[in-house]
Amino acid sequence: MTTESTSPYATAGLGQDDDGTAPEFTVFGEDWSDVADEATRLGEQRLVFNMGPQHPSTHGVLRVMLEVEGETVTECRAGVGYLHTGIEKNMEFRTWTQGVTFCTRMDYVASMANEAVYCMGVEKLLGITDDIPERANVLRVLMQELTRIGSHLVAIGTGGNELGATTVMTTAFIGREETFKVIEHITGLRTNNTYIRPGGVIMDAPDDSVEMIRAMIPKVKQRLDELALLQLENPIFKGRLQGVAKLDLAACMALGITGPMLRSAGLPYDLRKAEPYSGYETYDFQVPTSTDADAYSRVVLRLEECYESLKIVAQCVDRLEQTAGQPVMVADRKIAWPAQLSIGSDGQGNSFEHIRHIMGESMEALIHHFKLVTEGFPVPAGQAYAAVENPKGLLGCHVVSDGGAKPWRAHFRDPGFNNLQALSMLTQGGQVADVVVAIASIDLVLGGVDR
Amino acid sequence: MSDGKKKAKAVDAAVAVPGGASGAAAQGPGDNLAPVAPEGRTLINVRQGQFGAQGDTSGYDGLMRFVYMPDAAQRPYGSWFDEVVEVLEELLGDQADAAIEAVIVDRGELTLHVARAHLLEVCRHLRDDQDLRFEMCLGVSGVHYPADAGRELHAVYPMQSVTHNRRLRVEVSTPDDDRHIPSITPIYPMNNWHERETWDFFGIVFDGHPSLSRIEMPDDWVGHPQRKDYPLGGIPVEYKGAEIPSPDMRRQYR
Repeated sequence: MTTESTSPYATAGLGQDDDGTAPEFTVFGEDWSDVADEATRLGEQRLVFNMGPQHPSTHGVLRVMLEVEGETVTECRAGVGYLHTGIEKNMEFRTWTQGVTFCTRMDYVASMANEAVYCMGVEKLLGITDDIPERANVLRVLMQELTRIGSHLVAIGTGGNELGATTVMTTAFIGREETFKVIEHITGLRTNNTYIRPGGVIMDAPDDSVEMIRAMIPKVKQRLDELALLQLENPIFKGRLQGVAKLDLAACMALGITGPMLRSAGLPYDLRKAEPYSGYETYDFQVPTSTDADAYSRVVLRLEECYESLKIVAQCVDRLEQTAGQPVMVADRKIAWPAQLSIGSDGQGNSFEHIRHIMGESMEALIHHFKLVTEGFPVPAGQAYAAVENPKGLLGCHVVSDGGAKPWRAHFRDPGFNNLQALSMLTQGGQVADVVVAIASIDLVLGGVDR
Repeated sequence: MSDGKKKAKAVDAAVAVPGGASGAAAQGPGDNLAPVAPEGRTLINVRQGQFGAQGDTSGYDGLMRFVYMPDAAQRPYGSWFDEVVEVLEELLGDQADAAIEAVIVDRGELTLHVARAHLLEVCRHLRDDQDLRFEMCLGVSGVHYPADAGRELHAVYPMQSVTHNRRLRVEVSTPDDDRHIPSITPIYPMNNWHERETWDFFGIVFDGHPSLSRIEMPDDWVGHPQRKDYPLGGIPVEYKGAEIPSPDMRRQYR
């Protein structure tokens, strides 16, 4: 319904006519034409409107404030904070290990990268970075690459959906589902896994995961091929994306943009190559780049990165075979989580052997388990910074310890938070319809932006 | 045990009580015990007893430790650190001593403590000089050290050099009663939202920021939630006759 009102929760106007005389419309669903008609009748060319925070194409709860003249965006501002859940504050009141449970929920589409960067920070503080077993690093790389594929598929799929191509979304989500099956098989959960822990990973991959991953790779590849065929030569798709949401290298550097957006402007900056962690320097993969710096090239890059990730996944599988039976947790029993998890008749839990050991055989083992689980381990005082290449860009983690069992401060630099600053630059002067394309090409997840 | 009987002890050997601190440490807990931290060294926390909050029944209630950040490093710092510090000192000229308060090398990371009055100058050199070329600032992380008298609030800027593939940390401290730090957005525009976030969570005012407003919390929020003195809220709850304290009053390992 189109109504003229002076509602108490109306945002104050951006311009000078903020004297209460500017007409205000409340619009739902299909009523846009009514507003346009009414605006024509009033002779108003300039419209200020609010997109979100519950708008389906804002990738969560992003609020975008737009000022338009006709179809041209003259001013665009992003409002965030609707998904702020105080994760960093919460982490100060949990043990270092429990922190993983919180930070995995930040960027929930690429949760493994959150876990990895936090654990790498904690390990740097503990000084055990070089003691992480090889198999744990292989599993970390495997998990991060699987979530990278999943995250890129979500970016491509939802981006396509927002342009009206539902098939793009369903195809992408089917491909992502294949990665989820593997992740669930290994970690027990599809997402928010709390799988990577300070010192390694919480449990080893089941014996049949190798075959499962090998079977997964062609299935995901097939979906990627389908997506490429569906989109890349499609004239509508090209018309909507090519030359839209441009951000050249100078602007990227000024705004601290990282990830596919930066690489689409031509700088092959990828932390997996620039500053390898978890053994990335030993894997064979390429970093695709482009110089078009537009939304189309970012979709192409994300697709190409998925193929590269599949290459890394294939190498991980070979290494999993070679390292079968090796530990996945650091040897230091004062840090390593005391129990291995396993699937029992009542679901996932501590392994039966471990329970038998601490309940029936060793009082000391029980005390050790109890102290480590309830109190946690102390981390020497100091601060450390860890960074990984998550699907969206450089994800950084600054951890400070006061020598206790809980973080003094944990701060995350989410690439989505930083990259969203570019929204104004991407959209101003463009068409209203391109705003949606620009948001999709940034590929942000509000859980990570707001934390 | 009454407060007067407690003997405060500095058990952490690393806490070689600096000038005048031994006298201060003889007072009871709860007084201002923090010794003056040596130049450039951050007093992270004064740990009392075994548990957080009150109600330590372990018998170690009087235990008291001063926990510091690692000490300032001596030359040579190792790796590329010497080169960067030397270039920066040369560029700063006679301002170098005033600008760089301390150089800390810890866990393979270089930290420069910079006086806030010289922050913009240091940042400009870090970004522009061809031997430094830290093109990206990866945001700003606020940290609150309530025990560190006169330097309670810290702003930590990780600087990333894409050209040289290096990362260093610039740390600026400010007293809580005058929490102003110049905004580095004129040099690093990417820090716009990050500084808003740190203002939002810690109340550090970044002077010269184009529009320093709250970003994560609602616009009308009172207080800065990431500060250590920010109450967690909650009320004690009675359950089956026992009283469960609010979250920040609970006994817990720290």
